[in-house]
Amino acid sequence: MNNVLVLAKKEIRSYFASPIAYIVLGIWALIFGYFFYSATAIFVDYSMRAMMQRGQAPPMNINDFIIRPLLMNVSVIVLFFMPMITMRLFAEEKRMGTIELLLTSPLRDIEIILGKWLAAMVLYLCLLGITALNMVFLFIHGKPDWRPLLVGYLGLILLGAAFLGIGAFISSTTKNQIVAAALTFGVFLMLWVLDWVSSYSTTPAGKVIAYMSITQHFEPFAKGVVELKDAVYYISVIFLGLFLTVRSMESLRWRA
Amino acid sequence: MIKVEGLTKRYGPHTAVNNISFEVAKGQIVGFLGPNGAGKTTTMRVLTCFLPPTEGSATVAGFDVMQEPLEVKRHIGYLPETPPLYPEMEVDEYLEFTGRIKGVAKTEVRGRVEEVTERCALGDVRYKLIAKLSRGYRQRVGLAQALIHNPDVLVLDEPTAGLDPKQIIETRKLIHGLSGDHTIILSSHILPEVSTTCQLVIIINQGKLEAIDTPDNLTARLQGHETVFLEVDGPPDDVAARLQSLDGVSRVTRKDGHGGRVSFDVETGKDPNIRSRMARAVIESGWNLHELRSVGLSLEEIFLKLTTAEGDKEEAAGGAS
Repeated sequence: MNNVLVLAKKEIRSYFASPIAYIVLGIWALIFGYFFYSATAIFVDYSMRAMMQRGQAPPMNINDFIIRPLLMNVSVIVLFFMPMITMRLFAEEKRMGTIELLLTSPLRDIEIILGKWLAAMVLYLCLLGITALNMVFLFIHGKPDWRPLLVGYLGLILLGAAFLGIGAFISSTTKNQIVAAALTFGVFLMLWVLDWVSSYSTTPAGKVIAYMSITQHFEPFAKGVVELKDAVYYISVIFLGLFLTVRSMESLRWRA
Repeated sequence: MIKVEGLTKRYGPHTAVNNISFEVAKGQIVGFLGPNGAGKTTTMRVLTCFLPPTEGSATVAGFDVMQEPLEVKRHIGYLPETPPLYPEMEVDEYLEFTGRIKGVAKTEVRGRVEEVTERCALGDVRYKLIAKLSRGYRQRVGLAQALIHNPDVLVLDEPTAGLDPKQIIETRKLIHGLSGDHTIILSSHILPEVSTTCQLVIIINQGKLEAIDTPDNLTARLQGHETVFLEVDGPPDDVAARLQSLDGVSRVTRKDGHGGRVSFDVETGKDPNIRSRMARAVIESGWNLHELRSVGLSLEEIFLKLTTAEGDKEEAAGGAS
């Protein structure tokens, strides 16, 4: 456990020593800020109109009109940011030869992997932190229900952890960061659109494929509902990703 | 301290290391000598548990590299050919990190960092970014990293490659100062490098072990030796005796022949006419001579390769004239 923390600390430091962390966080803040402002502005506009035509429109709710769509947006935009976080995890060490240092130090493979994954999680939590900062304004100027919001963030954390597990695995298969990023992006995009299958196929195979879609499982969380099958899905994907990374590290020794 | 038995490493159809065995006693400095691509790095990578052997076994400090890799790694400090450095880190920070991942306790790591910083003369650059360091300093940081957990065994892959002459001398001194406390294996493709620092030299070529000896003995053995391969149709013992009786032949070794022929490895002194005299001796005795050639790459030729590739003339002359 100690080794995991030592490695995570080093990894977080190198995120912030390179421009990656600042670029990811900066662009993220800008994009999410725009989404947040738009959603709020539209909400304010609608509720003004609703007030003027009192009685005709049902009362509007911040949770349904701002928070839920925003959380759904976040679950999609992270897709574009994740590859930037995970691409360097192993690919860079392999290219620089520093992987030789890690693999000849008395560390277990799983410690190396967990350390790196944890560091990526920390950067991802920083992204979520920026969104939470925006959400604070809703509490200052309104009275949204905080419980569904909390569940939404729980969902985002699970979703991110799953993405990062897969990203870590892909990064461990190549020396080239661009290859890692492109592959990761492709895989994430597929996992996102996989649930389209459910709209034209009702066969059991179609259902299974749709179940594999990573963003579909997020919808209940965004509504503030925790369903066991969704939590199980994310946790299994996290384990699968980390397990594949372990295997990939082992094969590195046999093939190198 | 180190024991390697029948070590073989294959990459697909290519055999990088072929059935190598050797032993290194505690406190010795051992030089791995061989031309580029001889299998030095592969052997070192097996010893440091970076690669598993295809066949054979290796133990370091009493631990098997396959059975107890974590223990082996705890007892080994390894400097790969290119020092494994993180350019975005400061030297001090890097050493602290490597100390921690090599199992130095949190309370002791500062003391260790101080010690290796001093030992490797890194005081001037300890708060500099590694990205800004010169090659010589990078090599020293790499060495400091290998020493940080005070390992019993140090494995140094080409520790002086790419350094300027002054840095080479400094590095040699540093390595020499480390012997005694540590058992050291270092590799090089330059003869003088090894003959000045090592007590034992292991020569490998194309994955095969060619010789293990002290630098002095090797030089003596090499003073004008050549091995000639002969294949002859004739009574084996008579042929051997006839060859042995020739002037300048020091040793005749019989090998398995086939189809009624006998083969010999004949070690001879340095004599440009020896081969023609051998041929005449065989023919005049009434036997058929099927083949006569100088054997592959003799130890001396390997030495020549090693000494002429790089390195200074004087020491090369001492090694292989």
